Amino acid sequence: MSDIACYRRFCPGTQPALLHEPYVSSIKRAPSKALVRMPQTLSEVTGPVFTPKIVGSACADLTRLHAGEPLGERIIVSGSVIDEEGRPLPNTLLEIWQANAAGRYFHAIDQHNAPLDPNFTGLGHTLTDSEGRYRFVTIRPGAYPWRNHSNAWRPAHVHFSVMGPAFATRLVTQMYFPGDPLLAFDPIFNCTADEAARQRLISIFDWKTTIPEEALGFRFDIVLRGREATPMEGRS
Amino acid sequence: MGLQATTSQTVGPYFTIGLDPLNRSEIASPQIAGERITVQGQVLDGDGEPVPDALLETWQADAQGKYVDPEGSESEAGKTKFFGFGRIPTDENGRFRFTTIKPGPVGGPEGTTQAPHIVVSIFMRGLLTRLITRIYFFGDARNEKDYVLNLIEPTRRSTLMARPATEDKNVFRWNVHLQGESETVFFDC
Repeated sequence: MSDIACYRRFCPGTQPALLHEPYVSSIKRAPSKALVRMPQTLSEVTGPVFTPKIVGSACADLTRLHAGEPLGERIIVSGSVIDEEGRPLPNTLLEIWQANAAGRYFHAIDQHNAPLDPNFTGLGHTLTDSEGRYRFVTIRPGAYPWRNHSNAWRPAHVHFSVMGPAFATRLVTQMYFPGDPLLAFDPIFNCTADEAARQRLISIFDWKTTIPEEALGFRFDIVLRGREATPMEGRS
Repeated sequence: MGLQATTSQTVGPYFTIGLDPLNRSEIASPQIAGERITVQGQVLDGDGEPVPDALLETWQADAQGKYVDPEGSESEAGKTKFFGFGRIPTDENGRFRFTTIKPGPVGGPEGTTQAPHIVVSIFMRGLLTRLITRIYFFGDARNEKDYVLNLIEPTRRSTLMARPATEDKNVFRWNVHLQGESETVFFDC
């Protein structure tokens, strides 16, 4: 077969360790044996391509999915999806989900004693445009308690799922908000060794996308693995 | 350039809110050519307890060993193409099940041919980043020369084998053991 262009391996320390004991759920779920290192093959450098026909029309304004307006601070979350060379990644699928302004998810297993909002489900999806950009209108999610340890609270966050161009680039992450005092205490946010990598999960308050009289803007750029400079075959 | 890929974070316990809309456990529509198969199994944690909140995503070639080529769509206009993507959550007993076609062999490293396989991402609360694994088919003669299988110590290769589950040769069982004696092989790639 012809050479394939592989995706770069992650910079050491910029991705979480699988076992992170302060995050209690990882203890029984993280593999205990070492991962088997393998070269990328055609199976990893290809991936599903989502089109509007497959995903349906975009659902990018989470405040307009019900009869009334949801409660909470309206916000704009926007940014670009690019690769490690800074190249925009057009037509890539983003799916998001989040708690409502009171810190409650629209989910049967969330038993947090905070109100549901009949006007907010907290899901959205969109494809990036031809320049890799995306934009969601939503509500600033609330912080909420969880049972990881005594008096545990998750900082406010929005979950992001990104397909990218290949199986190798698949990413699920969480976007946080600047200045959140809970970040310092959150075992999920702190699971990654590299401080700069953690900081990049925090969105940036953005005047440019803030709409007067309407909504505050937050910018969150997502970087997916870039290609190796030279196509190589069978590297490991 | 100096950019680095964004850090992964767990999907957490509530991902179905955002990811359910694209669930697909019937991966091949009836028009797609190929041998119909069902793969079913269970995801088990380090205590052997079922994981009721896991999500599997699968990616595979068609029966001829071709992956969807986004640039090839025009030349194949009018022909129903195999999309090849599955997204399957586990149920309250940690079980999953999907139907598809058996993939054909695809090109591998160093001029080899890879045995038929399905690549799998696994997400769940407790996993800070996805797990990557593969499903191969037990008894397929091509497994012997598969480049990736040969990277694995022989005693662990069986964890990637889907085995016939019933008298129906097209129903396969493949379990995911997150830890322990029979821990599934997960990849770094």
